Amino acid sequence: MKRVISFKAATVMLMALMLVTAGCGNSSSSNSGTAANAGTAANTGTAEGGSGKPAIEKPRVAFVYIGPPGDGGWTYEHDNGRKYMEEQTGIKADTVENVPESADAERIITELAQDHDIIFTTSFGYMDYTLNVAKKFPKVIFEHAAGYKTADNMGTYFGRNYEASYLSGIAAGKMTKKNLIGYVGAFPIPEVIYNLNAFALGAQSVNPDAKVSVIWSNTWYDPTAERQAAVSLLDKGADVLLAYQDSPATIQAAAERGAFAGGNDSDMSRFAPDNYLTNPTWNWGPYYTKVVKSVMDGTWKSDQYMGDLKDGMVGLAPLGAKIPEDVKKLVEDAKAKLLDGTLDVFAGPIADQSGAAKVEQGKSLSLDDILAMDWLVKGVDGSIPK
Amino acid sequence: MDFLIMLLAAAIASGTPLLIATLGGILNERAGIIQLGTEGIMLMGAVTSCLLYLRTGSLGLALLAAAGVSAALGLIHAFMTVSLRANHIVTGLAMTLFGTGLSAYLGKPVSGQPMPAPVPKVNLDFLDGVPVLGELFAHLDVFTWASFALAVLLHLLIHRTSWGLHLRAMGDNPATADVMGIRVQLSRYLYVTAGAILIGLAGADLLLVYSPVWNEGMTAGRGWIAVALIIFARWNPLRALLCAYFFGALDSLGFRIQLEGTAIPSYFLKMIPYVVTILVLMYLGWRNRGKPSGSPEALGSPYIREQRL
Repeated sequence: MKRVISFKAATVMLMALMLVTAGCGNSSSSNSGTAANAGTAANTGTAEGGSGKPAIEKPRVAFVYIGPPGDGGWTYEHDNGRKYMEEQTGIKADTVENVPESADAERIITELAQDHDIIFTTSFGYMDYTLNVAKKFPKVIFEHAAGYKTADNMGTYFGRNYEASYLSGIAAGKMTKKNLIGYVGAFPIPEVIYNLNAFALGAQSVNPDAKVSVIWSNTWYDPTAERQAAVSLLDKGADVLLAYQDSPATIQAAAERGAFAGGNDSDMSRFAPDNYLTNPTWNWGPYYTKVVKSVMDGTWKSDQYMGDLKDGMVGLAPLGAKIPEDVKKLVEDAKAKLLDGTLDVFAGPIADQSGAAKVEQGKSLSLDDILAMDWLVKGVDGSIPK
Repeated sequence: MDFLIMLLAAAIASGTPLLIATLGGILNERAGIIQLGTEGIMLMGAVTSCLLYLRTGSLGLALLAAAGVSAALGLIHAFMTVSLRANHIVTGLAMTLFGTGLSAYLGKPVSGQPMPAPVPKVNLDFLDGVPVLGELFAHLDVFTWASFALAVLLHLLIHRTSWGLHLRAMGDNPATADVMGIRVQLSRYLYVTAGAILIGLAGADLLLVYSPVWNEGMTAGRGWIAVALIIFARWNPLRALLCAYFFGALDSLGFRIQLEGTAIPSYFLKMIPYVVTILVLMYLGWRNRGKPSGSPEALGSPYIREQRL
């Protein structure tokens, strides 16, 4: 009997070990992560551009998704974009869901490349796999979200969602009563860091005393872990939360305590109508339509596309039902200034956590600097693991 | 002090599904059947309750369906291990893989949809303002109270009644139990099914109370922790209560340490529950070397009347 027990114990330990390694695997991958040096790649990678692609009358289009379209966030919005593109162009696209950012992705993209003309790979972690396949299939066009590597037949696209994070910060700064705002960040990578910083700057612009406490969940999509993180922030005393995550778990946890909260990627008000703040949203449809149409008339070129509030790729979800009119007005005013260019989120003076000046008065961060951000602004409580 | 109380409250919240699953596992193993299908059965319980709750809006129906589906899985496990005498470990692993895959498939249409209404809470308003007790117990949900009661009830039944004596006899020495007049095969079927129902309800609790949105693989290893907790608790329901909350606390400890401001990278903090599982199993193995492990003697071995194995 003893032997059976030890065998069982060994199995349990093996499983626990597998979980540890699986956990590590998850944390090193990232789905919507952005590149540290997107800007520099833009300068070198696409100098010549890949013009001269023959026009394809009815291109066969495929999308590769990191999660299920029902995630209510990241993949949900990409799928909405696909539907919009299908309506506008009359072209039916194929989709593959739940594709892990591993060798599996390369296999699936390779299979798709054999009978498709355009492939959208909608997660940062697909970058190298997409590039590998792009080299093998020079006639197929690849579009990769949030990355920084390109080829003659591979372009990238993303957007300045930090503009919307700044606006969310204004709402959060006005709504907090204890001057403590919680931020659930997925990974300490530039994409999340510049959104967090923009959020904190937005909050401080209307409430100089507001502090933002950040917690890293080390996952893009794990509702139970995100919930733990949110509850920890609420326990610490935060009364407004924002989650740069793909699930609405934070909003649900905050609603149970009567705190305001926002999520990411799409309008998440349906998860807690009375406690919804707002959050940045994506609108990929027009871009997907543009790409498909440019392939149809033969004008597609490899590019590093960066959308923003102005072109509509980045948006802000309607403010929650319980947010007062004067706060809505403040957000609207700032949005108008961002749209006409009189407001720059990362214009100086900006100090880092230690108080040292990072951006001086009269200067502003370049896109390259923003996309490589690895420091937190003053008033943010938390650290970036080195 | 506040830190501890809040940690304890978080421990109860995230420990409850673990506790219910562990109690189910104890029922299985006390009868002599190893149950490694916990992860899969929890997922099936979660996805069934989610589907039913969203379609009908009735919490009762959702729970009933979750219990039904996990009972069916328990029956399959019992048939394999009791009647066919298949290897318990391989059967259990197969159940986990099966449940993980099937739940992912069934859950696709409802993934990411919010639940219609939260599970009712037991509001003990007279506790409001009472330090510690009020913060911990004033506004718990019905599942949590049910899990307290279940742990105490199972403890009394297993250790204080003849019914429990029969159960323990069956797990320690089925041949003797048979001679005593206990119908070993039938009872094992019953206990495995009852255990599986509890495990399935643990999944339903995770979904309905703790994280009210279905997503694929949402148990994220909790089933395996529950299997380890059985050994941890040495097959005792009351000890299972403490162990489950211990692990519940570990689950949220990482984030809290992060907020306190520490130099430890958050990646390491995330490993805490799993690393502690390994360490505790190692420690228990070392401390109890040469002593009986407290496990049912006939755990994992099939029994057929008048057959030697």
